[in-house]
Amino acid sequence: MSDALKELGEHIELKRPDCVLSWDVTHGELNVDVTPANIKGFVEFLKTDATCRFSSLVDITGVDYPERPKRFDVVYHFLSMYQNHRIRLRVSIREEDLVPSITEVHPSADWFEREVYDMFGIIFSGHPDLRRILTDYGFRGHPLRKDFPTTGYTEVRYDETQKRVVYEPVSLVQEYRQFDFMSPWEGAEYILPGDEKTEAK
Amino acid sequence: MDGSKGFEDALTGEQKIRNFNINFGPQHPAAHGVLRLVLELDGEIVERCDPHIGLLHRGTEKLMESRTYLQNLPYFDRLDYVAPMNQEHAWCLAIEKLTGVQVPRRASLIRVLFSEIGRILNHLLNVTTQAMDVGALTPPLWGFEEREDLMIFYERACGARLHAAYFRPGGVHQDLPDDLIDDIEAWSHRFPKRLDDIDGLLSENRIFKQRNVDIGIVTEEEIQQYGFSGVMVRGSGLAWDLRRSQPYECYDEFDFKIPVGKNGDCYDRYLVRMEEMRQSIKIIQQAIAKLREEPGDVLARGKITPPSRTDMKTSMESLIHHFKLYTEGFHVPAGEVYCAVEAPKGEFGVYLVADGTNKPYRAKLRAPGFLHLQAMDHVAGGHQLADVAAIIGTMDIVFGEVDR
Repeated sequence: MSDALKELGEHIELKRPDCVLSWDVTHGELNVDVTPANIKGFVEFLKTDATCRFSSLVDITGVDYPERPKRFDVVYHFLSMYQNHRIRLRVSIREEDLVPSITEVHPSADWFEREVYDMFGIIFSGHPDLRRILTDYGFRGHPLRKDFPTTGYTEVRYDETQKRVVYEPVSLVQEYRQFDFMSPWEGAEYILPGDEKTEAK
Repeated sequence: MDGSKGFEDALTGEQKIRNFNINFGPQHPAAHGVLRLVLELDGEIVERCDPHIGLLHRGTEKLMESRTYLQNLPYFDRLDYVAPMNQEHAWCLAIEKLTGVQVPRRASLIRVLFSEIGRILNHLLNVTTQAMDVGALTPPLWGFEEREDLMIFYERACGARLHAAYFRPGGVHQDLPDDLIDDIEAWSHRFPKRLDDIDGLLSENRIFKQRNVDIGIVTEEEIQQYGFSGVMVRGSGLAWDLRRSQPYECYDEFDFKIPVGKNGDCYDRYLVRMEEMRQSIKIIQQAIAKLREEPGDVLARGKITPPSRTDMKTSMESLIHHFKLYTEGFHVPAGEVYCAVEAPKGEFGVYLVADGTNKPYRAKLRAPGFLHLQAMDHVAGGHQLADVAAIIGTMDIVFGEVDR
């Protein structure tokens, strides 16, 4: 299986050297890093090329790495029902970068790109209707960014006097519980209460 | 109105004929949950269909980033709550692929057995409620009786009727008792008769055929364009089934057929689902025969699975292992994988990015229903309003997985 994928990877690199930054086969899956500007043409190539025939879009999603200068990875998964293989494309972009939309090549990219926009705030240029999809009407922020708190910022309740649903800043009755499992004797980066006294000596 | 004044009235905005916009849902029995469709109607013909989803969005993917791998498992039951264990399966496969754990054979057989039970659970619900959407009242009543039996099998295996949390990374949570296997087998001989009953009610029913034949036709080209999977593909004549084409678990050693439709309409998808249930019965019976010859452990004992109860009571290391496993959880080596299973609704996949800690860095759940619903505008366009319900029914939309 992975031999066939290696051959496929070599074939793709040979045909489109301008698009492919690097490729590898790990865990029996073919990964290709693609330059953002060429993604649309590359996807079209994958769809039409006889050896590839990645005719079906499986998934588009994002991954947020806040510590990197190129903050986001946009990850595409494709499947060929005819050749029976899969491929994963990764596009790294900065926070302010736009990604060309592939809705013209794959109409099914429509909602996926809307979801990535909704969740990460990545804008797809050329998308016909880039609205939020999963979050509330009038929602602010992009929930799957790592700097967005899991609790969110607002909560809703029905107000008996105003006779409508009202939005309020979130108020937690108890602190949101996040455990770390670092041993305090090794690896933990914080100082245990009381330990600061030993430093003072 | 003798015509001397001309027909200026007809030109004013008041009398201009315009399309009619209606909201279908979010509270509509045929919307299968909280679907809101904004439909633009020209008379009774659907011109445009804009699904508004996200009313059941619970932020599963965000929540998963702050929980351990094992704590995340029950979230999968809550995605497609009609066939919960099939979703867990994808999650377990992804973790096993990254950690390189080999599942014991008995656990593998149990997984196949319960995946197929899940498939029947799903198809029973889908076929019968779709029949209800187009006007038949009896099938759901008969179908739910069988579903009840299957739910009881779920309960006897793992203690919960719906939210099973039964498939675990490295195997399944508990072994099946012998009498449960016997009962599943007895049920599998009883069930085809009930299936024939439903078949007799629907397949040649005049109203059912009028409402389904030639409705919502999907061609091979559209399958590729809109990324369909599962029955939506097979109903149009493409024999694409991940169980066969990219075998996972031990599906490659089972003997079953892949039913395909010819016309790709709602009626063919109904027929495919009916036949798939019969094939699932065959797989269940084979799995039971294999299970009887395959005693042994159901968990790959190691870092990612708990020690046995007897070890825990006698060995300090096992006790520590158990405690650490259920508090800190296990660490998964860094890497990214995509694992897909043939869930009853289509290809359900998990894209998992691990960073070497005890929590997933990012987990993306790829739900088949998301893509199917997306194509609603395309498939339902040009159909009558009443057909919208029939099409949603055979697309097999469940909002737990679409909204996540």
